[in-house]
Amino acid sequence: MQRRIGSALLFGFLGVPAHGGESSLKLANDSRLALVQLRCSTCHSLDYIVMNSPFLARAAWEAEVRKMMKVMGAPIPDNDVTPIVDYLTQHYGVGKP
Amino acid sequence: MESAVRDTLPGKQPLIKRSFRPPNYESPLEVFDDVITPNDRFFVRWHLSNIPRIDADSWRLNIGGDAAERGFELTLDELKRDFEPVELVAVCQCAGNRRGLSEPHVPGVQWGYGAMGNARWKGVRLKDILARASLKKEVVEIAFNGSDRAPLEATPAFAKSIPAWKAMDENTLVAYEMNGAPLPHWNGFPARIVVPGWTATYWMKQVVGIRALSQPLASFWMNTAYRIPKGKFPVIDRFTSQESETTTPITEILVNSLMTHVGAGRQFAANQPVTIKGVAWDGGYGIRGVEVSVDEGRSWQSAELGENYGKYSFRTWQFTCAPRVAGRMSVMARASNVQGTSQPSELIFNGPGYHNNVVQKIAIDIV
Repeated sequence: MQRRIGSALLFGFLGVPAHGGESSLKLANDSRLALVQLRCSTCHSLDYIVMNSPFLARAAWEAEVRKMMKVMGAPIPDNDVTPIVDYLTQHYGVGKP
Repeated sequence: MESAVRDTLPGKQPLIKRSFRPPNYESPLEVFDDVITPNDRFFVRWHLSNIPRIDADSWRLNIGGDAAERGFELTLDELKRDFEPVELVAVCQCAGNRRGLSEPHVPGVQWGYGAMGNARWKGVRLKDILARASLKKEVVEIAFNGSDRAPLEATPAFAKSIPAWKAMDENTLVAYEMNGAPLPHWNGFPARIVVPGWTATYWMKQVVGIRALSQPLASFWMNTAYRIPKGKFPVIDRFTSQESETTTPITEILVNSLMTHVGAGRQFAANQPVTIKGVAWDGGYGIRGVEVSVDEGRSWQSAELGENYGKYSFRTWQFTCAPRVAGRMSVMARASNVQGTSQPSELIFNGPGYHNNVVQKIAIDIV
């Protein structure tokens, strides 16, 4: 319950109306999940990650993150790229994280 | 696919949810048992997640651009009143329909078979609107803007263009009705562009701007996205002003078919009639025939075509056989159009996963 409230607040803070079902999404919970939520969920729900799994290797996940930064204008600091790509590859990718 | 759950958007029946935000929802297979796709079961596809609720009274369609002699604005009432209404049935199919079936997998919305629908569109001819704007002879493309926005200013706005010749086609519409009702919010209320025969990326929803351009539109959504390798697909319509050395914007829908009535692993009794049903469609040349094979593609027999709703519509078909031998039986269907083009037996692989029209193969059990 606490997590649901947390994510609702996060979306509220960003001013993005979340579809009702979105708050029920459960992603792999580790220490990097909060960072992934912070950097990736401004523009899209995190089922995009689940949907694109598990077939992307690390380089392909990194290419997706870089595309979000360079093409879609996501303000992701360079220092955050490695932990985000680690998380995506470990839980939603193939091959070595 | 783990993300494929049924979910209900306001005003829609449950659809297969691919992503909540932006909303990307496809129609379940059984929807295509009917030749016309109902509005509340029609697929939903958006790139950007801020999708405003549009008030019909305050909506305006702005027409202009550097290749128009004069710009003007239309209210919804003026759009309906000032131009001749036209109706046609046409397939709206996402360029990436069936991307999720690509082997190897490619990233993107992992669509199954249902990122498409067939509706009766009512609207006015784009060429009639453009006539009022008096196009200059320099015009090369007509560009469209919608109302959706990304949460971030830095994200490229969703803008698309079509060649001027396609915009002047009498079947290219600004549509305000779908199957006799106003467009659903999720499908572009109050008006969207309808480009029969071409993939849905050009069918701008919630359209608010139409611009006649003397130069090719520079937009991420034209120059980078929605492009296919040149020469790899049997397409006829070219979009020369946007072509590069190696790639070209996706244009017309490839000939395709879908078996709607049998699912993998379904059981049928031996020596009883088994009816295979489906729909076939193409980029507006017209379906010539559909053939079915029940012997791994060694022999093909003609299916019976249903009523013709026009060259841009789904064409229903059915085929009945009575298998005598119990066991696994594979069923394949293959459509061809009046150009003589047919579906490939091997996927024409491309990185973005567009134009997947490989022949479907479904294994059923005869018991």
